[in-house]
Amino acid sequence: MKPDSPFLDLETAPRVAVSIDGAPLELPEGANLAAALLAAGVTVFRHTPVSGAPRGPFCMMGACFDCLVDIDGFTRQACMIEVSQGLRIIRPRDLGADDVDA
Amino acid sequence: MSTHDLIVIGAGPAGMATASKAADLGLTVAVLDEQPRAGGQVYRDVDRVAALRGDILGADYTQGATLTAGLHHQAIEHVPGATVWAIEDGFRVSYTRAGRGAQIAADRILLATGALERPMPLPGWTLPGVMTAGAGQILLKQSGVLAKSAALVGCGPLLYLIAAQMVRAGTPPVAMIETQTRSDLIEAARHVGGALRGWPYMLKGLKMLAEITRAKVPRYPGATEIRIEGTDTAEAVSFVHRGRAHRIACRTVFLHHGVVPNTQAARSLGVSHRWHAGQSCFAPRLDVWGQSDVTGVFIAGDGAGIGGAKAAELAGRLAALKVAEESGRLSTDERDRQAAPLRSAHARELAARPFLDRAYPPFAGALAPEDATVICRCEEVTAGDIRGHARLGCLGPNQAKAFSRAGMGPCQGRYCGLTVTSLLAAANGTSHDETGYYRIRPPLKPVTLGELATLEHSAPDTAE
Repeated sequence: MKPDSPFLDLETAPRVAVSIDGAPLELPEGANLAAALLAAGVTVFRHTPVSGAPRGPFCMMGACFDCLVDIDGFTRQACMIEVSQGLRIIRPRDLGADDVDA
Repeated sequence: MSTHDLIVIGAGPAGMATASKAADLGLTVAVLDEQPRAGGQVYRDVDRVAALRGDILGADYTQGATLTAGLHHQAIEHVPGATVWAIEDGFRVSYTRAGRGAQIAADRILLATGALERPMPLPGWTLPGVMTAGAGQILLKQSGVLAKSAALVGCGPLLYLIAAQMVRAGTPPVAMIETQTRSDLIEAARHVGGALRGWPYMLKGLKMLAEITRAKVPRYPGATEIRIEGTDTAEAVSFVHRGRAHRIACRTVFLHHGVVPNTQAARSLGVSHRWHAGQSCFAPRLDVWGQSDVTGVFIAGDGAGIGGAKAAELAGRLAALKVAEESGRLSTDERDRQAAPLRSAHARELAARPFLDRAYPPFAGALAPEDATVICRCEEVTAGDIRGHARLGCLGPNQAKAFSRAGMGPCQGRYCGLTVTSLLAAANGTSHDETGYYRIRPPLKPVTLGELATLEHSAPDTAE
């Protein structure tokens, strides 16, 4: 469950089960969620509402809002969240997705 | 609502030093910090990480633990994980923590909100895989996550620091595409006197360069026409070096051409700011104690102008002395006696700064991006859009915001504000001060109705 990630992970913390877009994933408990997802090979975190362009973490310090994901129904900055057991992560979809789903 | 003598916002070097000095002088202090653990970005998560990766990160990082230790004082209430979204006169600070809203009050407030990376709008800079060099450092420091195939693009001491750390960690960068030129170095030589007084910094710089050279990392100084290529993620950086076109494949790009003060909170309080030509950014107007032109609002650290962690710490202590004197805990004589050695140490810390600022200026290609380049990442507004609005008569960023939505997205202008000011100033032939900056209003960070609903109703003036 580690697609070829551009990152090397030195983290040794025990892993817990989370899900991303419904698929299971194991991430280090207590790790920074954005960092853990990057290390697990997730590069695209969302698509923008303006043009549908792909985005991923940019600043890692809570300033840029590019790493937004939906967690348990709330839009959150992944770089400001710690990994915990059972997180349900949904990657916000592209242009018009809200209208289609509604 | 709890009340303190002083509220400090931010637990980096300036905030931690202010809090512990103020507490030592008998004041009660609350420290609100957005991060789950103290340290700021420079000493991020130092209490946990020093033992794990101290060898890679170096002594300049691990020494941050002496500051975090200072927060363990009975007069300090350290509130981690607190996102401040409003600061009102008086002062009442509203924040969210663990999904619940809360408020605290104090007569005086010190903003230690640090720096942001200077926006570096280049073609392709919004692609996943492109991050700030600061983000690369945070990944390494806090998480032990290292880019296996990263190109470093830009200039400045932080770029060399992260390169040296990547070499030590066994994942050297694939290339350093550097934007400073030989003439920058010649110009900087005028400040060599300051550089010599700041010799410890220069020595550290030379050591880092030696590490990078030994690891045979390819360097391309004076690069121009830099673009990041890729469809869904970054795949390569192309650029021109000494008249020849290059293309370097990579999977991660770390951008950096300096850091700038994070002025959001100060601006929301109405603190006046002035253009700092030497550092190409806005900085708040402060007196020698870090006091702003809004009574009771102090600013210390990189948020007051870029000086680095050591200078931030010293500025924090100076501000604490002034707050203690104003609160009647310290005579003016005693305040000045304690301030004298801090002031000379502060001047020494800043001595090398003019040399560094001139040797590693912002990349011209990112200060005046080509028309098609996105400059507002949130609303996907291009440099050409802003120039077009200037042609329609748009004089300042607030007008440009209404025309284009630039600065209206969730980051609230943090990563486009300086670019928009510069583009308008250039198009209209006005100065940065004349052009001005976005008006910043609360909420400083998004807040949900649910979080608002959990606020205590302890202050009578909040009731409808």
